[in-house]
Amino acid sequence: MTINKNADGDKLTIALEGRLDTTTAPELEKDLKTSLEPVKDLVFDLKDLQYISSAGLRVLLSAQKVMNKQGSMVIRNASEDIKEIFDVTGFVDILTIE
Amino acid sequence: MGIAEKIEIDAKIENLDQVLGFVDTFLEKCDCPMKVQMQLDIAVEEIFVNIAHYAYDSEIGQAEIRIEKEESGQIKVTFIDSGKPFDPLQKEDPDVTLSVDKRPIGGLGIFMVKKSMDDMQYVRSDGCNILMIWKKL
Repeated sequence: MTINKNADGDKLTIALEGRLDTTTAPELEKDLKTSLEPVKDLVFDLKDLQYISSAGLRVLLSAQKVMNKQGSMVIRNASEDIKEIFDVTGFVDILTIE
Repeated sequence: MGIAEKIEIDAKIENLDQVLGFVDTFLEKCDCPMKVQMQLDIAVEEIFVNIAHYAYDSEIGQAEIRIEKEESGQIKVTFIDSGKPFDPLQKEDPDVTLSVDKRPIGGLGIFMVKKSMDDMQYVRSDGCNILMIWKKL
């Protein structure tokens, strides 16, 4: 997985590329621990994300919990297959998916 | 006749990529659609990770994974471990209607498998956990 970050003031866009799974999710989790601190407006761009398992969903849920306290978070460009996973897990109701 | 393959491997997270590689290679031979491959990958990941985390406590044990294409055209994956008895089908489903602050961080894995597979069965036999999943191609 590749994590591409683009910060603009207190807005942060994180583009994820590849697979967000048990092996790669800890890397994103660790990154978010420090990078979310000054952020009010967080965007996950999932255009090039091919796969997400529950380990990846857990990291997104943690990020949403953090952002609920300090700003907002949106998910953009998720594929139909990934949207279906958000759907069956109820994530479609707790994340903002554009 | 269907085709079948199996892999025996230490049940540890570091081996996940190897397990998924094994599964994907098999599915590609079956001309599996991308979406079904993703669903099966998720199922295999969740189940293998469960075995790695819980079956043998802190010790490293073995897991055997068999994959086959049945004559009906369904893919069947069987997971066998000799760890402590654990039937994931008995686990209560998470409440997916809770708000973000009330949603616990874990507990989603097996639920995702149940939702995406056509059928799932568990048996405890000869000191082994045997978990089978089926998915139509």
